[in-house]
Amino acid sequence: MIAEDSVLLRIGLVKVVEMAGFEVAAEAGDAQGLLAAVAEHRPDLAVVDVRMPPGFTDEGVRAALSIRRDRPETAVLLLSQYVEERYAAELLATNTSGVGYLLKQRVADVEEFVDALRRVADGGTALDPQVVAQLLVRRPSDPLERLTARERDVLALMAEGRSNAGIAGQLVVSESAVAKHINSILAKLDLPRADADHRRVLAVLRFLGVAG
Amino acid sequence: MKVPPRTRRALTRVARDTSFLALGAPLHLLLGFLLFVFSGLLWETVGGGDADAPVIMGLVVVLAVLAVPALTVAQIWRFRRLLGIDIPRPGPRRVLRQAGYHCFTGLLLGALEVLLLALLVAGVAAATVYVWIWAVPWEWRIQHHGYSSQAFYVTVAGLGALAAVPACAEALVRVETHLGPRLLGPDESEDLARRVADLTESRAGAVDAADAERRRIERDLHDGAQQRLVSLALNLGIAKATLKDLPPEARAVIEAAHQEAKEAIEELGNLVRGLHPAVLDELGLDAALSGLAARSPLPVRLRVDLPPRRTGAQGGEPGSGDGERAASAVEAVAYFVVSEALTNVAKHAREATRADVTVTRLGAILRVVIADDGVGGADPSRGSGLRGLAQRVRSVDGTFRMSSPVGGPTMMSVELPCPT
Repeated sequence: MIAEDSVLLRIGLVKVVEMAGFEVAAEAGDAQGLLAAVAEHRPDLAVVDVRMPPGFTDEGVRAALSIRRDRPETAVLLLSQYVEERYAAELLATNTSGVGYLLKQRVADVEEFVDALRRVADGGTALDPQVVAQLLVRRPSDPLERLTARERDVLALMAEGRSNAGIAGQLVVSESAVAKHINSILAKLDLPRADADHRRVLAVLRFLGVAG
Repeated sequence: MKVPPRTRRALTRVARDTSFLALGAPLHLLLGFLLFVFSGLLWETVGGGDADAPVIMGLVVVLAVLAVPALTVAQIWRFRRLLGIDIPRPGPRRVLRQAGYHCFTGLLLGALEVLLLALLVAGVAAATVYVWIWAVPWEWRIQHHGYSSQAFYVTVAGLGALAAVPACAEALVRVETHLGPRLLGPDESEDLARRVADLTESRAGAVDAADAERRRIERDLHDGAQQRLVSLALNLGIAKATLKDLPPEARAVIEAAHQEAKEAIEELGNLVRGLHPAVLDELGLDAALSGLAARSPLPVRLRVDLPPRRTGAQGGEPGSGDGERAASAVEAVAYFVVSEALTNVAKHAREATRADVTVTRLGAILRVVIADDGVGGADPSRGSGLRGLAQRVRSVDGTFRMSSPVGGPTMMSVELPCPT
C-alpha cells in the first residue's frame, strides 16, 4: 500500500517496493484514499507521505495514526521531507512494532530503504538518523552524559531500529562488542533488559521522554 | 489658432487660481457674514428694538456652530479639488483653531479675494471699454467730444489691472496654501502620530507579504523541484541496484549521478529550511527549532520554554490552540535568527565545539539567545548575514544585541515583542 501525492515519486516507490519482494495492493494520492484502500485491501505495510492533499500539512501523520489505532497489525512507514520528531513520537506513543519514520530522500539509497521496509514489515522499527539526532538534541538529560561516545553511537543506531547485527555491521565491530555496549548502556540508563529489538527502541524513546 | 504650451499652461494656472479664489470668497465670508448679522441683532436687542431678535440670534449662533465643521470640509474639498493639495481631516480637538480660521483669517482672506475678483471684473470692464461705448446712443458720443482718448486711458488701466491679476492671484493662493493646511489640518504631533500609525501598518503589511512569499516559495520548491529530485535519485538508485552487469564506466556514471542527485536534494533542503518550513506553521517554533538544532554540525543544546501549545497527541486539527503562540511573523523571525546564527556558528566560529540556543517567553517578549564557545570577533557592522539578521529583527520592532569579544565566547541576544 503506497500513499504519495507526487506521481513520479509514487511510480519509483512502487518499483522499489516490488524490488523488495512486496506486492503493491493499492496506491493512493491523498489521505482519504489511503484510509479507504487500507480498509479494502488490509495491507501488511503502508508507505505514507506526511504532506499530502488537500492541506499539505500533516495529513499523512493523522492517517497513519488512525491506521495504527484501528488496525495495529498494519505496519506503517512514514516518509517526510522534514525531520519532525513529534510526528515520530505520536506514531511511537502507543506501539513501536511495525513503525518507521524516514526522511524522503532516504528512498534514494535503495538498498538501505529496502532494508528499512523489511524491518518495518517484520514488526521492527526504522527511524531516520536525523530523527534520532533530534531526539538526542532535545533531551540532553544527565544520564546520557554518562555514556561514552561509542555508546552514544550504539544508542543512536539502536534508536534507528537496527538489530545487534546491523549495528555491528554499521560500526564495523563484532556483534558481541555491540551486545556489551548495549548492556552497558542499559545499565547506565537504569533500564531493565529486554529481548525484542523494538522493545529496546521503546525503552530508548521512553528514556528520551518522547513516548509515554 | 495654436496656443503655445507655455501660454496654455499659464492660462490654465490663472483660471485655476481665480476659480480657487472665487470659490474661496463665499466660503471665507460666510462666517464673517453670520458674525455681522449677529452683531447687528445684538445692537438691535441692546437698543430694545425687535422682540424676535434674541430668537434669531440663537439661530445664528447655532448656524455658526454647525457651519464650522461644514466649512472645514468644504475648504478641504476646495484645496483638494482645485489645487490638488490633500489636507488630512483634523482631529476633533481642533475645532477652536478651525473656528479661528473661518472667523478671522477667513475674513481677511475673503476680503482680499473679493478685492482681487473686483480688480479682475473692473479690469475686464475697463479693457473692453470701446465695446461698451458702442453700446451707448450715438448722441452721447457727439456730445462728449474727445471721449476716445479718455477711453484709451481707461483701456490701458484695464489692461494694466488684468496684467496684475495673475501675479496677485498667485501670491494670494500661495498665502492660502501656506495658512490653510496649517490651520485646517491636524497639528504636527497629530500628523506625526498618524504617520507613525500609517507606517506601522504598511510595514506590518510588507513583513506579512514577505513572509507569505517565503512560504509560497518553500511550498513550490517542496512540492515541485524537491519531489522531482527525490524521484530522480530514487530511479538512479534503482538503476544502481538492479543493473549489476553494466560496464564499469556506465556504473561509475550512474553512481556519480546518484550521488549528485542526493547532494542536490540536500542543498535544496538547506535552502528551503532557511525560508519558512512548513513545520513552523504546523507544529510551531519548538518543533521547527529542534529540526535546526539536529541538523547543525555542532552539538546544539536547545532549550525552548514556551507556553504549551497543544495537549494530547491527537489534539484535534493542526493549528488548534494557536492562542498561545506568538504572531506568525514573530515566529518566522525567531526561526530565521536561530537558523542564521547556527549557520554562522558552523561557518565562521572557528574552534567552536558547541552552541546553546535558548528561547523563552517573558510575558510579551520572546527572547532568543544563541551562544557558542568559538573564537569570537564577530562584528555585526561587517558581514551581510548579521546585518540582514538585525534588519529582520527590527522589522518586527525587536532588539538585537551581540557580544563577541576576540577570543570568544560569542553571544547573540534577540528580543521580539509578541503582545498576548
